[in-house]
Amino acid sequence: MNREGDAQARSTAEAVARRSYGKLVAFLAARTRDVAAAEDALSEAFASALADWPTKGCPSNPEGWLLTVARRKVIDMYRGRRRAEIASEHVQIMAEGLEAAVADAHIPDQRLALMFACAHPAIDISIRAPLILQAVLGLDAKTIASAFLMSPAAMSKRLVRAKDKIRQAGIPFIIPEREELPHRLETVLDSIYAAFAEGWTDPGGTDLARRDLAEEAIFLSRVVTELLPSEPEALGLLALMLHAEARRPARRNPNGDYVPLADHNPALWDAQMIDEAEAALHRASALGAIGRYQLEGALQSAHVHRCRTGQANWAEVVQLYDALFAIVGSPVVAINRALAIAELRGSTAALDAMQAVAADPRITEYQPYWAARAELLAKAGAHDEARQAYEIAIGLERDPSVRRFLQQRQSALHP
Amino acid sequence: MQYLLMLYANEAGWSNMTKTQQEQGYAAYMAYTEALKKAGAWVGSNRLQPITAATTVRVTDGKSQVLDGPYIDSKEQLGGYYLIDVPDLDSALSWAARCPGAGHGTVEVRPVWAMQASSAAPAS
Repeated sequence: MNREGDAQARSTAEAVARRSYGKLVAFLAARTRDVAAAEDALSEAFASALADWPTKGCPSNPEGWLLTVARRKVIDMYRGRRRAEIASEHVQIMAEGLEAAVADAHIPDQRLALMFACAHPAIDISIRAPLILQAVLGLDAKTIASAFLMSPAAMSKRLVRAKDKIRQAGIPFIIPEREELPHRLETVLDSIYAAFAEGWTDPGGTDLARRDLAEEAIFLSRVVTELLPSEPEALGLLALMLHAEARRPARRNPNGDYVPLADHNPALWDAQMIDEAEAALHRASALGAIGRYQLEGALQSAHVHRCRTGQANWAEVVQLYDALFAIVGSPVVAINRALAIAELRGSTAALDAMQAVAADPRITEYQPYWAARAELLAKAGAHDEARQAYEIAIGLERDPSVRRFLQQRQSALHP
Repeated sequence: MQYLLMLYANEAGWSNMTKTQQEQGYAAYMAYTEALKKAGAWVGSNRLQPITAATTVRVTDGKSQVLDGPYIDSKEQLGGYYLIDVPDLDSALSWAARCPGAGHGTVEVRPVWAMQASSAAPAS
């Protein structure tokens, strides 16, 4: 085996894996409804490629080569250990279907159908995002587990169970019909956003697995908007995530300290990413159906505009939060809305607006509530209460740099 | 694929209904069954007698133990089933949603274990 051929085989295989992994899994799984078998067959096909290509040279159509090998492995699997689960005539039909499809040089992109299967309402909501990350992007259970703060063993077990459910329950690999689409697309978008949010909880980007997760979520979101270009909420989600990601370089100073949005240096933002976000929002609004992600994207856009121009736009921001609260009704939105009200009508009005949220039991362990409350109380001059609220916020914070920031704020209060 | 739709509801609900309401209930189930048949999805269906008629059997150490009552005593009881044959879970779920039982109780959808003809038949 020569070393040069070996290196070339490896780099070709890696390039194909990056470009086509999800497409190949989706293609195989759509015909078998068996995600695990598709993944196993594909990983065996990659192993064969690394053994075969260095000596025989890389094939002219590596994607097709891998698919042909993987298809054979899937069929072998069904003739072998999975024989009890499926009638032999079905294996024959499946084999013929796969054969005919592989013979066709063009491999259709069924990643979206795969995402719809992974985010199906019959799949437990908390495993949908990990399942998409694994099936479409090929991330391993260990990486996903670390991002979702779960043990690798528990994550593997839950992923296996979810794939079994897809196969056994007969969850279809299709893009839902028109009337079902908005509701079902919401579950896909929510899963992608959940993956992004996990990446986002490491704002410094110091934890590589998490930082990658934010980028992978943006990639998935791009796939959705490419395959469903006329869905405004898909564009809204892409805009929201691009906006948030664009500001990442400004969220920490060189010492690693947390920098609140109001103190960001806009020159550090990724202007190209912001332009792309704005373009996505415009396309979405032209489609004329407002939704949660478009509103969140519009809020990001409003914050960017204010910071760049120095022109206060808090009335517009409060309006957007009103609309968002009407759709989502979450206490998280109510807190952010209250902070915008503080800019517009003062901290007492904001504390009043937050009163309704205080009764929500979920809020007692929610750091941003206590941080927001502390800020507002401090501005209103209620320093003792503010000190207590900071204390709770500090105790609930996971990120050391945000904890330091809150401690500084707390000690700046008058004694 | 075949799916079993299991209809769970509070049995007391039926006896508390007026005669007109019961007639409407029957009619709704008849129409639903008819729709399933027309679509070629119906394989079988039955309504079950109330749980007061249920008996459970279990054999341990070669001795059969017979007990009066249902296996699980719960607030909602299994009151009937439909066995349907449809392409996938989405289609099974949309039939389950149309079932009158989903309106006054819960419908559990379970795929039937598909076995090869040879292994499904009992050994002779």
